[in-house]
Amino acid sequence: MYPARFRYEAPRSLDEALALLAEHGDEAKVLAGGQSLIPMVKLRFASPELLVDINNVPGLGYHREAASGVLEIGALCRHVDLEFSDVLGDLRPTMAAAAPLIADPIVRNRGTLVGSLCHADPQGDWASVMLALDGEVVAVSAAGRRVIPVTEFVTGPFQNALRPGELAVEARVPVPRGVPLGRYLKLERRVGDFATVGVAVAVETSDGTVTRAGIALTGVGANNIKAVDAERVLVGSTLDRATIAESARLAAEAAKPRTDHRGSEAYKRHVVRTFVERALHPRPAVAA
Amino acid sequence: MTRVDEIGIGGLGASRRRVEDARFIRGCGNYTDDIKLPGMLHMEVLRSPVAHARIKSIDTSAAWAIPGVRLVLTGEMAAQRNLAWMPTLSYDTQAVLATDKVRFQGQEVACVVADDPYTAKDGCEAIVVEYEQLPAIVNPTQALAPDAPLIRDDKEGQTDNVCYRWEVGDKAGTDRAFARADKVTRLKLHYPRSHPSPIECCGSIANYDPATGKLTVYMTSQAPHIIRAAVALVAELPEHLIRIVSPDIGGGFGNKVPVYPGYVCSILCSILLGKPVKWTEDKSGNLISTGFARDMYFDGELALREDGRILALRFHADTDQGAFFSDAQPSKFKIGLVHSAFACYDIPVGHITARGAYTNKAPGGVAYRCSFRVTEAMFFQERIIAAAAADLGMDPAEFRRVNLVRDDQFPYRTPFGFLTDSGQYRRCLDLGLDAIGYEDFLKDKEEARLRGRRLGIGISTMTEPLGAGNSREYDILGIKMFDSAELRVHPTGKAILRTGAKSQGQGHETTWAQIVSHELGIPAADVVVEEGDTDTAPFGMGTYASRSTPVAGAAVSMVSRKIRAKARKLAAHLLEVSEEDVEWELGRFFVRSAPNRGVTIQECAMAAYGNMPDGLEPGLENNAYYDPPNLTWPFACYLVIVEVDPETGVWDVLRVVAVDDCGVRINPMIVEGQITGGLTEAYAMSNMQFMTFDAEGNCVGSNYLDYLLPTAWETPGFELHEVVTPCPHHPIGAKGVGECAAVGGPAAFVNAVLDALSDTGVRNIDMPLLPDRVWEAITTGRDVSGAPPVKT
Ligand SMILES: Cc1cc2nc3c(=O)[nH]c(=O)nc-3n(C[C@H](O)[C@H](O)[C@H](O)COP(=O)(O)OP(=O)(O)OC[C@H]3O[C@@H](n4cnc5c(N)ncnc54)[C@H](O)[C@@H]3O)c2cc1C
Repeated sequence: MYPARFRYEAPRSLDEALALLAEHGDEAKVLAGGQSLIPMVKLRFASPELLVDINNVPGLGYHREAASGVLEIGALCRHVDLEFSDVLGDLRPTMAAAAPLIADPIVRNRGTLVGSLCHADPQGDWASVMLALDGEVVAVSAAGRRVIPVTEFVTGPFQNALRPGELAVEARVPVPRGVPLGRYLKLERRVGDFATVGVAVAVETSDGTVTRAGIALTGVGANNIKAVDAERVLVGSTLDRATIAESARLAAEAAKPRTDHRGSEAYKRHVVRTFVERALHPRPAVAA
Repeated sequence: MTRVDEIGIGGLGASRRRVEDARFIRGCGNYTDDIKLPGMLHMEVLRSPVAHARIKSIDTSAAWAIPGVRLVLTGEMAAQRNLAWMPTLSYDTQAVLATDKVRFQGQEVACVVADDPYTAKDGCEAIVVEYEQLPAIVNPTQALAPDAPLIRDDKEGQTDNVCYRWEVGDKAGTDRAFARADKVTRLKLHYPRSHPSPIECCGSIANYDPATGKLTVYMTSQAPHIIRAAVALVAELPEHLIRIVSPDIGGGFGNKVPVYPGYVCSILCSILLGKPVKWTEDKSGNLISTGFARDMYFDGELALREDGRILALRFHADTDQGAFFSDAQPSKFKIGLVHSAFACYDIPVGHITARGAYTNKAPGGVAYRCSFRVTEAMFFQERIIAAAAADLGMDPAEFRRVNLVRDDQFPYRTPFGFLTDSGQYRRCLDLGLDAIGYEDFLKDKEEARLRGRRLGIGISTMTEPLGAGNSREYDILGIKMFDSAELRVHPTGKAILRTGAKSQGQGHETTWAQIVSHELGIPAADVVVEEGDTDTAPFGMGTYASRSTPVAGAAVSMVSRKIRAKARKLAAHLLEVSEEDVEWELGRFFVRSAPNRGVTIQECAMAAYGNMPDGLEPGLENNAYYDPPNLTWPFACYLVIVEVDPETGVWDVLRVVAVDDCGVRINPMIVEGQITGGLTEAYAMSNMQFMTFDAEGNCVGSNYLDYLLPTAWETPGFELHEVVTPCPHHPIGAKGVGECAAVGGPAAFVNAVLDALSDTGVRNIDMPLLPDRVWEAITTGRDVSGAPPVKT
């Protein structure tokens, strides 16, 4: 696997990085964890003229709770940082559940959450988590800065809303209000596999009543899917069996899976439904 | 006088640590890709993106124009040297570089040699090939349909896609037995295509020296001497001017037995350029173009008597050979050793028919950790045995016990002519049942079922023929399947041993030294083992089919015994007695009447060079060629317990118990390693691994995201047990073991899952038992086929 010829720059500051991106526009690609970009370049699926490696840019490795309570995740925060985070705590159970299910330990050591959002692989796990949590992406360029909701950030398979010259510096997750209940369930054929089906659930309750609900699906469409109807029926409910079943049914309906060697369309839909039920109505899994 | 302690010196039965690991785990191995020769150029292969197409034109001008490109080789140019096609080990022909058509996705179309691999790859991308697409064929049913397009229109007289037909057994007798049967059990299944997928891909460095006329090839070959013979015969180069070196090999599993176009191209390019040319295959290239395994369809029946006895068996097998019949197998049987199926059961009569089909898929048909289709044979055997027990309403363990060959029946002639010579089949089965707590489990299973949980147990028992061959029935290119060893004992009693085998991870450097220790009493640490260089190693047939210990290992014993015989003469001389008065104990000769008077083997070694008797030639070196009288027949019993999640079809392995009888164990740790590896592969094949194709012939599995290798995380733990029945014809009683678990294991996993589904009426789910297939079987109550094409 030998990539085509490319230029490589490793700027030492954000300004320098932004200047390079401004100068080279479309021809430049940001290199973060490299866990998606390097394979693409080695397989010659992508042949960028310039790689702008941001790993030497200081101050991007953080994830922290801002004074407002918003969770901020820097562009160089690795999957492994979130896996072993003491910031996520009990307040962000969906994220805590997803982090150890991303890829394998080797990939988690390098890959980044922001990079995963930018890569917009429909089988990527973080985009579902962020959709369920109503996350946002902060984009900066030499021209300025804007905040993009994840619902608008991922625009298609392997496509995002960044403009030429823009760098995603941060992802954000709003403050949970009420008691958070969250899970990420992933059907994978083995550790390190992409999801056959993934389901992110993030619910907040107040006095037992649902005040906010987020449900998003991985691997069952051209993009990660926010199952809006499935979310809506939950709000105001007490998570009773009937409502959970209805939500699960609606989530399965929102899925647009395709039959492939990982499973049939019917099967994937069925798993979405099963996972939504299991996530909302946690009980010991049947299999040990 | 203390006796030499055999375990202490690392002899037979010592779990000696593997000496080769010292360099492997430090990253100090020397693999083909580590070798860099002065002036070396790099070759890349251009592969076909489509499965079946006529080549209308190839334009290489843009590639030639790239600075640093030294050579662009096409099929047409190879044809000028009579090398566009090459013979296969199964007496077919295979394209080296396509001239007329491409016949599978990934087929070699051209190659580019450049100063560095990046430029070579740029060169490949600059070649423009115009293809006229033809319909692709991805399974035997399509291939054998009356209107199927002809794949091998290059072969004179070939009018259909049939690649071979083969038959064995007694048809009339079998039919009579079936007519008498109380019950007939039928089962159809597909054993999916899999790939050996060694971590190190294939590669070679060809170095033709125009000054000396000598061709040296460093390459990833499990059988360097066969390669030398093949190069001599095919490329018509003089054999004494060819040197093949297999350095360290990062896994073979049968993938590195065949001759691949890449090797041939690197040799041709080196001859054309007069420079060393390196070719290193990438992972996708390895997965889509090199020797696959399995891809076989069974339809068979067992004739049963009410009391549980099997009266007869018959089956038909269709094999999907891919575009060229290039099975790397040395038997005279077209479909390998598939007729070793049912060898562990006492069945009086049987009949097998088989047919191979050409398809638009990569060729190979090699043994992935398997002696020439015994894996498929044993899988079908154990699947239909489970089905028959269910049909009879009999406990599957009891059904096996009734039909297994009894200890007092050896030597036992199978209906297809094999001679199994030893074993304690029932003892192995009972040990396995005991270890897993069979009776208790059956109760647990019933209780769990009442609570909605689906548990299942699967059994697989089998004997398989390992260690080809004997020279009557096994050869490659006319060269018989013997093997060899050469031992040189130096004056200080240290030694170097070379064999015609070639380790790819099996641990020969450790094990062979232990055999020498056992025979001569020289500490294993004092014996260095070298393999793989045809200029120095004795001629041998290489390592595959679990043949190293049965054949080369036997040669190690025999050469050591020759050395001992000469050392006895030296001992008599040193002890000043006649040879008849000298006794041997491990590491030492002594005078029978005065046991305290003795000399060590090391003292004999020194005498061989400094104090030999008159008339005895100096030196303590010898070699041995070993032609085994029979195959070796290890036996195994595998038991698996699973729990199936009926909502998702996901199944978890709760326990795996293995009982292996591979005869005498030379290094128990290495044997356990082989079994652990084999069971891991068995689990992978049953659970996740397959190489499939879509309707256009695109290979779905050309990378490790789609072709899955299990990790330590999901691989279950294995509980290993042993029974030892020495092989009656092997010098130290050893049998092959490298493949047993990969051969016998898959059926145990599949039988377990189907047992958990026993109330659904489902008789078969094709491997791999992916969750969606299991779920589909549960929800529909119907069998699930996995035959290609798949949707993508
Ligand atoms: C074997 C393997 C298994 C995997 N399994 C999974 C899995 O199960 N689930 C999963 O979700 N992912 C999986 N991944 C992908 C992994 O999570 C990647 O880390 C992630 O998709 C990309 O993050 P990265 O930091 O590595 O991005 P890179 O590879 O560096 O970049 C990816 C893309 O995003 C762009 N980009 C990256 N950062 C920025 C930025 N800050 N601003 C603008 N553009 C940017 C790049 O230009 C590039 O186009 C797997 C990867 C591998 C190799």
